[in-house]
Amino acid sequence: MIGTWIRAGVLAIGLGATAAVAQENFIVVQSTTSTQNSGLLDAILPEFQELSGVEVRVVAVGTGQAIKNAMNGDGDVLLVHAKPAEEKFVSDGWGVSRQDVMYNDFVLIGPSADPAEIAGGKDIVAALSAIAKAQAPFASRGDDSGTHKAELRHWGDTGIDVAAASGDWYRETGSGMGATLNAATGMGAYVLSDRATWIAFGNKDGMEVLVEGDPRLFNQYGVILVNPDRHPGVKAVEGQAFIDWLTGDAGQAAIAGYTRDGQQLFFPNAK
Amino acid sequence: MQDFAQEFTTAMTLILTGDSELWAIVLLSLQVSVMAVLIAAVIGMPLGAALAVARFPARRLVIVLLNALMGLPPVVVGLLVYLVLSRSGPLGVLQLLYTPTAMIVAQVVLVMPIIAALTRQTVETLDAEYAEQLRSLGVSRLASVPTLLWDGRIALATALLAGFGRAIAEVGAVIIVGGNINHVTRVMTTTIALETSKGNLALALALGVILIGMAISVTGLVSLLSLRQEGEAMRHA
Repeated sequence: MIGTWIRAGVLAIGLGATAAVAQENFIVVQSTTSTQNSGLLDAILPEFQELSGVEVRVVAVGTGQAIKNAMNGDGDVLLVHAKPAEEKFVSDGWGVSRQDVMYNDFVLIGPSADPAEIAGGKDIVAALSAIAKAQAPFASRGDDSGTHKAELRHWGDTGIDVAAASGDWYRETGSGMGATLNAATGMGAYVLSDRATWIAFGNKDGMEVLVEGDPRLFNQYGVILVNPDRHPGVKAVEGQAFIDWLTGDAGQAAIAGYTRDGQQLFFPNAK
Repeated sequence: MQDFAQEFTTAMTLILTGDSELWAIVLLSLQVSVMAVLIAAVIGMPLGAALAVARFPARRLVIVLLNALMGLPPVVVGLLVYLVLSRSGPLGVLQLLYTPTAMIVAQVVLVMPIIAALTRQTVETLDAEYAEQLRSLGVSRLASVPTLLWDGRIALATALLAGFGRAIAEVGAVIIVGGNINHVTRVMTTTIALETSKGNLALALALGVILIGMAISVTGLVSLLSLRQEGEAMRHA
């Protein structure tokens, strides 16, 4: 019996050691759920890794959490989509500089039954006002993510106090985009999503895009190198190499080339 | 709802045909949790046994605390371990965040109280039974710990299993300290969480069935070992 345990232990330690020595040359990118759930990063990163020999490890969380993790020094590069928060991150000295990478747009998803009768609209503020008037269920991310910040901006434009309706028709899931789409599907609720996550989403059951095309639904992604002056552990050379690739011709072409169901999900616009 | 039967077949095919990605995930899950349970056992068993035989003031209080720690919320443990291992945290220089080691640390914190508390209970029962005999042989309370642990090995295997079950099924802690990084820290539970958030519910469920299957296999294996051990013990008696 003891012999068996010892053998099991030695085996486990051996396996653990192999895992530990795997890849030394890597960077950690703090990013958002939309870049991961849409499959973009899995599709384009191998090209950079092959070219540079630098492994890119992606931690996909909401933009708010990604920024906080980066402020703690737990990442070399930040790839998120909340421009005002990103600019503050840089101006507060946490990041070196911010560059545009790509964009897509947000879409308002809802049940095909459409109780608030907003289908086909192009005005996000009018659509949200109609949802509030109908008191139709609305699923909010509620997690300080880039999408959540965008959603709150549009609610701000309606002049409606959604906090007052929290728990009633306004339901904050406090989860990622995919989990919130699952919740919205389950409740037959309206929900604001980035288009990439929606297209790649596998549980669309009775839900469809109802409002799109409002210029205010523009969704810009930016990339920032975490400031090595603040966190000496930051791998600035490798991180900058990744940023240069992502915003350069090869990276931009890889982004443009990524499609799901024949649709392009992200549109490169680095300067 | 998607076709579960079809997705389950897909997932099983991936497993049976030796899909390297899926196998790597299964293997990492086992590595992390087995390692965590072994470390937790090395710390927790002597601790639990010592607590069973030692007599000191506030002993009851320590036991109550230990029992309460069996219910530690994984997400809180994950957050605490994150704060400690973060670059800005006290152990940030070790650069362990987002590595399998960080996941093992979190699971040790979760599992150790379970193993210690169950060991304490087992050893205390045995101690009550054999205390007089051991004392008459001149064995002191603390010196009797190895004997009692060895005597309770079958019950203690169950304690290890309880710990393993907790570790392998847990997602809240490993997703925070591991980051669910593809090919680095992605394990079964975080994969299930990710596939769920992608809306691939049937695939997530199929992976869940595989995870349950793994838990049953490991439990079955240990039960088998204990049974054989029990049989041998009876033959020797």
